[in-house]
This record gives sequence, structure tokens and C-alpha cells, in this order.
Amino acid sequence: MSAVAVGPPLWLLFELTYRCPLQCVFCYNPIDFAATQDELPTAQWLRVLREARALGSVQLGLSGGEPLLRDDVEEIASEAHRLGYYSNLITSGVGLTQERLKEFKRVGLDHIQLSFQDSTRELNDFLSHTRTFQLKERCAEWIKASGYPMVLNCVIHRLNIDHLDSIIDMAVRMGAEYLELANTQFYSWAHLNREQLLPSRAQLERAAEITRDWRERLQGKMRILYVVPDYYEERPKRCMNGWASTFVTVTPDGTALPCHTAKMLPGLSFPNVREYSMQDIWLHAEGFNRFRGQGWMKEPCASCDERDKDLGGCRCQAYLLAQDAAATDPVCAKSPRHAVVVRAVEQAQRVNVPDSGVREQPLVFRRKENSVSLSHLGANENRTPSQ
Amino acid sequence: MTRPVIRPGFRLQWEPVQNAHVLLYPEGMIKLNVPAGEILKRCDGTRTLDEIVVELETAFQRTGLKDEVTHFIAGATSSGWLHP
Repeated sequence: MSAVAVGPPLWLLFELTYRCPLQCVFCYNPIDFAATQDELPTAQWLRVLREARALGSVQLGLSGGEPLLRDDVEEIASEAHRLGYYSNLITSGVGLTQERLKEFKRVGLDHIQLSFQDSTRELNDFLSHTRTFQLKERCAEWIKASGYPMVLNCVIHRLNIDHLDSIIDMAVRMGAEYLELANTQFYSWAHLNREQLLPSRAQLERAAEITRDWRERLQGKMRILYVVPDYYEERPKRCMNGWASTFVTVTPDGTALPCHTAKMLPGLSFPNVREYSMQDIWLHAEGFNRFRGQGWMKEPCASCDERDKDLGGCRCQAYLLAQDAAATDPVCAKSPRHAVVVRAVEQAQRVNVPDSGVREQPLVFRRKENSVSLSHLGANENRTPSQ
Repeated sequence: MTRPVIRPGFRLQWEPVQNAHVLLYPEGMIKLNVPAGEILKRCDGTRTLDEIVVELETAFQRTGLKDEVTHFIAGATSSGWLHP
């Protein structure tokens, strides 16, 4: 692997905790999150910050779970500011108070991204299985009033995509400067619930039209980032800008990963920051080097003239859909396993008719009991749970 | 007389590891080339466009930079890097 030039890990993501009061059905946290009990102590997070900064990390995400369930986020943000990071707090709003907001501002936190699940209280609260809509509205007001750039995020999928117009309208009314509308990517909990979450082509076409209209109307006053689900693409996404090229995640227990879902891949070992320095991890860890560059590629990627563009797509998706982490991402029309994606897309064209006799599977909420039972059953992420 | 200034929420800084100025914003980063870094560094709300041009011409012993700087600042404004 010495042939691969390794650049700096520009993006550092701290998943400070897997604890979260929300139970979102599309959560990308691992199915077995309940197995993690031993969260890194503050001093370790601070050490990782310093080591990664020396390697060139400059964007810091503070996420989770719900990061605000920890009481040391302010301290971590403060050190991040001192070191020259641009720090992003990614929150559901639960745990945010005006006092904490004031402290974040004081210590130099740069930006807060607030998530909504929908523009209606009913669906927001259903999808997250919590009564949080009004709390989020209040948080949005506070964030705006404290002078932060207002960034709203709403994960889009089959169940809320028809509300897109009112979701964008809500963001405008809240004075957002950015609105991130990312369609669910199908990993972890979203993969379990894929059948209920993958939108139809007609839904996506309408959503694209609505987004286009709003963009014209807003003329850059609010920027809308809209990401389509890659199942509808003919070529895979350039996942993480290339394996271990730009991005490093540290999970609540200190495991370092080249992307937030990589831990699901079998046969790869990922180091813990309690035992290794960030420099050791970034440059030498087997799990980081495994898919760097292009030496690992098989056909059809290995001789494909588009391999520099998409780098073979996503390793986790290759594993989830083709049971081989080194395979071509099955989203690619050139993949011998592309039929798996085509079938899922075909199925998504069904019309939801209550009495059609087609029985929908129940949604699986991201909650501790489900995590425990799904992990104990040895269910891998390919299996949809039986009732 | 407008005095170009970097938009709130954006931050310009020098990154030794990248040997470049970068512009940081919510969940994003733009790595700047030398001219872009030199211009943006002077967009601190205290200098007018003409003053920025004069400073750059002096610093780099060049003349006739006005068009280039004006063009860059217009682009940076429409990209949302500078306060409109």
C-alpha cells in the first residue's frame, strides 16, 4: 500500500455517544449500538482532537446519538476552537438550552445543524417516536436569535417526501440559510426499513420539481442541498471521497473508522484511540489501508474507465447487497449484482393501497430493545426482522 | 463605498498541512489558490476594493490587477463567501 499517497484526514467526526432519546427509523448508527457501554472520557476526546489537528484535520463534527446528552460538549468545542477547527454540532435539539447555547457561542462553536424529521408535528413525532417537534421549533428560534448560521437538516424518504414543499416552506419561515434534504441512504436501521423508506420514481420526480421551483424563487437566499437516493442512479457515489482519503470517525467507545458504518464489514479490524495515536491509525491501521487507492479492486471496477470518478462506490453497500466488501457497488449498472438494486427499485413503484392485500412490514424503530434483540438473534443487516 | 467582508459563519485561515489558505463554512471547506487567499485575506471590512487592489499591486509589484480582483470579488459574492 506504500504506493498510495495518504493526504490529511480533513474531516473528523466524533460520535460522542450512541445514546439518543429519538428512535428514528432511518438512523445510520449500528444495529448493535446497545452493545456499546464504555464511552470515551473527556480527556481522551481532547487528546484525539489535538493529534488529529496536527495531522491536518480542520472540520470537526460533534454528533452521536444525541451529543448533547453528554455534558462535556462545551469543553470539547472550546478546545476545538483553540486548536483552529471549524466545529459543527449536529443535534436533534434535545438537551439544548439557552444557557448551553450561550456557552457554545462563548467557547467558539462555529455552527449548529438542527434536524427535523418532517414539517408536521404528527409525522416528525411518529418517525422519531418522540414528542419533539415543538421543542425543535423552539431550538430553531434560539439558534437563529443567537446569531448562528441557521442550518436545518431533514432526512427525506418515502414517508415524508410528499411533504417536501411544506418542509422547504418551514425552513424559509425559520430563516434558515441552508437546508439539507438528504434522501435516506440504506445502511443500518434504514436498511432494515428499506421497503418502507425507498421512494417511488414518481415521488422523486415531483420532489426534484419542487426543489427546482423553490431554488428559483429563493435565488440563493437559502441554499438547498438535495441528495437523491443512489438506488436510482446508474453509477455509484464516490463514497467518503474515497476510503480513508479525507474522513475519519471516532465512535463512542473510541474505535476509529474510515466511515461511520464501516464497522459492519467482516474481516477488518479497526483500532481504538485508547491504544493507538491518530497518526498510527491514519497511516498504518490495516482497516484504513485495506481499500485505499485502487489496488483492491476486482472486475468490473479494475479495468473500468470510470474508476477514478467513483472509486468503485461504497464498500458497505457492496457488502450489504453483494456480501463482498471488495465487490463493485451494486448500484452500478455494470455490477453483476445490479439486479438486487433494480428489484428494490421496482418494488418501490408499488402504490400504497390500504386494502390491496399487500401487507407492509412494520417499521423497526431504533431503540435499545430492538438493538438488543436484533443483535442477540445474530441478525445481520441483510435480514429484515420477523415480527 | 463598499468594503468587502467575509460572510458570517465563514472563516478564512491558513492551514500549514495543506500549505494553503482555506475558507471554512458549515460542513465544508474550500482550498484557495494563492491569489484567492491573498484577496480574501484583505476582505476584512476595513478596506475598499480600490484599497485592496493597491495593496496587492504593491505587495506583488504588479500593475493592472483591478479587473482580476473585481471579477474575483463578484464571483466570491455570488458564491456566498462574501457578505452581499
